Amino acid sequence: MRKFIDKIENFIFVIPALAFFITFSIYPLFKTLQMSFYQWDGITKNMIFVGFKNYIDAFKDPVWLKSIKNGFILSFLALIFMNSIAFLLAILVNSGIKGAKFYRVIFYIPPILSGIVVGYIWKWIYDPNFGILNGLLDILNLSHFKRAWLSDVNTALISVSIASMWQGVGGSFILFLAGLQSIPEDLFEASRVDGATFWQQFFYITIPLMSRTLMIVSILTILGAMQLLTIVIPLTNGGPGFETEVPALRIYKEAFSSYKFGYATALSVLLGIMLFIISLVQIKLRKVD
Amino acid sequence: MTKKIKFSRILIHLFLISYAITCLFPLLWMISTSLKSTSEVYTNKSLIPQSLNFENYIKAWTEGNFSIYFTNSVIYTISIVLGIVVVSTLAAYAFARLNFPFKNIIYYAFLMMMLIPIPGAFVPLYVLLVKLGIQNTRIGYILPMINSGLSVSIFILKEFFEQIPKELEESAVIDGCGKFQVYYRIMFPLALPAISTIVIFNALSAWNEYILAAVNFTDPNKMPVQQGLFIFQGQYFTRYELLMAATTITTLPIIMIYLSMQKYIVRSLTGAIKG
Repeated sequence: MRKFIDKIENFIFVIPALAFFITFSIYPLFKTLQMSFYQWDGITKNMIFVGFKNYIDAFKDPVWLKSIKNGFILSFLALIFMNSIAFLLAILVNSGIKGAKFYRVIFYIPPILSGIVVGYIWKWIYDPNFGILNGLLDILNLSHFKRAWLSDVNTALISVSIASMWQGVGGSFILFLAGLQSIPEDLFEASRVDGATFWQQFFYITIPLMSRTLMIVSILTILGAMQLLTIVIPLTNGGPGFETEVPALRIYKEAFSSYKFGYATALSVLLGIMLFIISLVQIKLRKVD
Repeated sequence: MTKKIKFSRILIHLFLISYAITCLFPLLWMISTSLKSTSEVYTNKSLIPQSLNFENYIKAWTEGNFSIYFTNSVIYTISIVLGIVVVSTLAAYAFARLNFPFKNIIYYAFLMMMLIPIPGAFVPLYVLLVKLGIQNTRIGYILPMINSGLSVSIFILKEFFEQIPKELEESAVIDGCGKFQVYYRIMFPLALPAISTIVIFNALSAWNEYILAAVNFTDPNKMPVQQGLFIFQGQYFTRYELLMAATTITTLPIIMIYLSMQKYIVRSLTGAIKG
């Protein structure tokens, strides 16, 4: 009996967290699943059960498919360019140079800014008439490259990607740096004694020992790029046309602009399943520890 | 040989400095624009304004309602962080030290929520807030925001509590302390380094949050800064000198906190990869 009371007492400590969790995580999760089988405007009591119609519609919705494609393009660009820059910066900062701390502090400034702020700053940089980017091209005598970066169909998505990568490099950089710092210094010293060159060390020590970090950062990059939302709203809000539509923005607009709550939640479930599969790899990797 | 090393060092610094400038330039450009007059914005492409002109700030602060948005954000950030600290330390202590039914299942459920993203959670949250009758209220924003910071905070704190030697608690129990006293007299003060990490990160994300605010608030008097920026841009459209003054007001507190706390921030981030 004493033990039983003890356990109940202990349980009290987790009750507040559990209450939050059930109300604001578990309930919305099940609500999403439920709503995805209905046609509902989010306001009236008029909910119509439609079975899998929302899901079937999603696969035939060119705008949704376009947004998924854009998500993959943004992921791909971030994996290649953002993470290469981040990895290079991490290696250089970790190479024993002076001022490493200074660089580390500066490189992590963009990630602490809000998506809305970064979006507006870059919108101003890209401004077709008075933006600094076109201004710079004028100064460099490259006026023929000038364009309306965010409203030109050829450059809109790339421009959004660059703004979001500018913000994201610091995050990958810090994780790479942490990975590099956990490699024992003796390994490099021993190989140096054996006459290994910088590149040999890089390919035979750094890369193999960093493989787990590289995987985790890649997955986090994909998860981030597939869920990009806040930064896109001030930059283009998905335009011109649907050129820069991203999955999360579709969900937002289907619910709060088109009042199709059932359809929006079906899209959430589909995207959620995709992301879940990607995160499984991450969970597995973290368990290896 | 040494000459070669020296040369490559210079190259490394050149590269790193040019990237540092890439990081800083957009921010400097934002501040520079915010200090220019309307006509200057369209004519002067220099990073240094002709004169320091704070009118845009005054206009954003008063006419643009940033005095209200800013106060709201301060209120929300403090409430959210306080809520997270209280709820997550209690739970993390229990997960680390106490026994109760379904302990592991509950803990893994929290962990899963941290690792598995739920896109578009703002849609069912909106429905829930309307149902509870707290949509467009301050509490309707604060409560789900507390929840969104819980799982990561509990995870960090639990790891930290587990490293604290058990002897400290045992002697306190012998002295007649109850569980709750052990928690707030001994464990809470000992966990302050981990708690400060949680405070910083949750404060940053609370201050920067936009989507849930956009879903929740329709009353401009309750909106936080990020949503305020969106409204402000709608009012002043292409007046970039005003918009940049507003983004500077929004960003400055974040940068100040970051620069004063960067030691903590970078240290805990570099610890994150081992998690």
